Amino acid sequence: MIFGIDIMAGIVGWGAYIPKYRITAEEIAKVQHADADAIKEGLGLTEKSVPGKDEDTATISVAAAKNALARAGINKKEIGAVYVGSESHPYAVKPTSSIVGEALDIGNSYTALDTQFACKAGSATIQINAGLVDSGMVKYGLSVGADTSQAEPGNALEYSAAAGGAAFIIGTNKEAVATIDFTCSFTSDTPDFWRRALQPYPAHAGRFTGEPAYFKHVVGATKMILEKSKMQMTDFKYVVFHMPNGKFPLRAAKIFGVTKEQITPGLIVTKIGNTYSGSSILGLTCVLDIAKPGDKILVTSYGSGSGSDSFILTATEKIIEAQKKAKKTEDYVARKEYLSYPEYESHMEQIHK
Amino acid sequence: MKVGVLGIGITKFGEIWDRGLRELLLDSQLRALNDAKLTPQEIDSLFTGNMCGDSLSGQLHVGAIAAENLNINKPSVRVEGACASGSLALRQGIAAIESGSAKIVMVNGVEKMTDVSTEQVTTALMGAGDEELEGFNGLTFPGLYSLLAKAYINEYGLSRETLAEVSVKNHFHGARNDYSQFKNELTVDDVIDATMVADPLTLMDCSPITDGAATIILANEEVAKKMNSEVYITGSGLATDTLSLARRKTLLKLQAGFDAREMAYAQAGINVKDVSFAEVHDCFSIAEIYAVEALGFAKQGKAGELYSSKQTYFDGKCPINTSGGLKACGHPVGATGIKQAIEATMQLRGTAGKRQVPNAKIGVTHNVGGSGATACVHVFKRK
Repeated sequence: MIFGIDIMAGIVGWGAYIPKYRITAEEIAKVQHADADAIKEGLGLTEKSVPGKDEDTATISVAAAKNALARAGINKKEIGAVYVGSESHPYAVKPTSSIVGEALDIGNSYTALDTQFACKAGSATIQINAGLVDSGMVKYGLSVGADTSQAEPGNALEYSAAAGGAAFIIGTNKEAVATIDFTCSFTSDTPDFWRRALQPYPAHAGRFTGEPAYFKHVVGATKMILEKSKMQMTDFKYVVFHMPNGKFPLRAAKIFGVTKEQITPGLIVTKIGNTYSGSSILGLTCVLDIAKPGDKILVTSYGSGSGSDSFILTATEKIIEAQKKAKKTEDYVARKEYLSYPEYESHMEQIHK
Repeated sequence: MKVGVLGIGITKFGEIWDRGLRELLLDSQLRALNDAKLTPQEIDSLFTGNMCGDSLSGQLHVGAIAAENLNINKPSVRVEGACASGSLALRQGIAAIESGSAKIVMVNGVEKMTDVSTEQVTTALMGAGDEELEGFNGLTFPGLYSLLAKAYINEYGLSRETLAEVSVKNHFHGARNDYSQFKNELTVDDVIDATMVADPLTLMDCSPITDGAATIILANEEVAKKMNSEVYITGSGLATDTLSLARRKTLLKLQAGFDAREMAYAQAGINVKDVSFAEVHDCFSIAEIYAVEALGFAKQGKAGELYSSKQTYFDGKCPINTSGGLKACGHPVGATGIKQAIEATMQLRGTAGKRQVPNAKIGVTHNVGGSGATACVHVFKRK
């Protein structure tokens, strides 16, 4: 990838959305005849978000995008591109992005695309929009990453596969609440986690998903961006790594000497699980919700198959006002209603039917 | 009998994501040739121990790969006896030399296990048990050894803490071994509190899933003398027992180990007092207890005392598994028997670094197939 230097683009508005339903690790462990404490300790998880019966990736995307629009305060008809990244698009063929464009009433003068690259389907669209804005092809681009992830009953992924999403309006540096200073990607063909077209649930390669997959790419992209930007970990107020569970991002943090203070604000996985295409970017919304002008942020996503997108952002003066204009990620985290396992199954069955 | 060791080579044991079966094997083969200062053309015959090539990599006919790797077309066969495949290959190599059909023999052991799920490995490994009586009825290897552990504990009162000392000691050694899979040290609590696998065996009582390859090059006495070999194999013993636990005479000992030991010690002209150290088959911690009794280091039911009094460390009265054993060093099934031979050679050469047994003169290796249906013992001696 031609490394992004002097990109004249940034985040103009951001928004999160997390469904209110939750199921605890204990509830799932009861059904799996497993030791809940061992699972919680081993995976660094407590409970996960569950979509409502009439929620899906499209509705989550719209809700997050509305929050992003509220913060951006732009003329929505000037959105020239809409990209929605997910691994649980409601349709295999029929775009989610046009549903989002229509629901937001942005007119017809936009390009739209659905993307897929496991958990980094959303973060990659930020790069696309940054490029479009930087080249002057669009004034604003909407990037969304959202998922209502599927997990096979009885599988370990059941504890982590959650629902949620984040949206970003990308515009020029001048209007940004956070400038995108650098971005790069580390990609290889590494089949650690996959789902064939007509299969309901994904499969994964066990321990192979660790070192040769997640860590190789997250570390690879992060190293790359630090080298090219000539920055050090100590320069960042906040650091966000993709969160498939509560352990991997902490291990990545250890590798780079990232402190607890830097990593904890974005570590949303411990409260709501892994929202897949929403994961690292919801970590970003958590951080944008509290960042002060001048704060530098490093985000590295990860998508199985595999690749990582890394971003270096700087919060601007405009961020303070924008923070007040929509619900914070924390507000969605705090809003919860617990489900029993049969209720959870019924929710998942309903939306994936 | 005197069969000389000309060279040894071993890969790192662990999760070797970027290498498959043949690359692992080639690695150890080249290292051994380098150590022996030989060219592939000087090898007369090859024997390769491998158990799961077909079930885990779709690859049988591994003997052909061993020769192809070196671009030679010498006689080369795969040898299989479950987890004893490596030592059985060693015994075949020794027999080839003793019979005069080969002067210089390359013996390999290799296993590639991490490309598949744990469930697939567990199923494949049950091929080492009795499929009709055990596998078909739902038993897996941790289950089989947990039955043995329960019988032994019930009879002799071995405490959970003493049993845990086996893995603690093995990890202590593994931490001092460059080629071992695990380099972390353990406490007794780490072992007892680990995830339960098959009561009373926790995850820390069970050897891991490992990739690795090991090669040893042997020669007849004449060639070995010329090449200044420092280590010789002076005894080899092999015995069998029933495939299933259900048909054994007793669960309190693995008789095949006793029988193989007698055979090997007799051929080497030694008794247990002459032995400086041993590499034994600790596929599960309880298996090491059985092994130590089979080799004569402790009387029946008394092996625990060696562990509670910490005498099995490299500098103790009775050093066992200075490589880290199967538990800490790792257990790439077909390679383990050769790894044991390599560790014995290193100890006798004085190149075992931080885990060197002082003044090592005679070492014994003990490799078991399945739950004890095969046991193969070799005696190694310093020149």
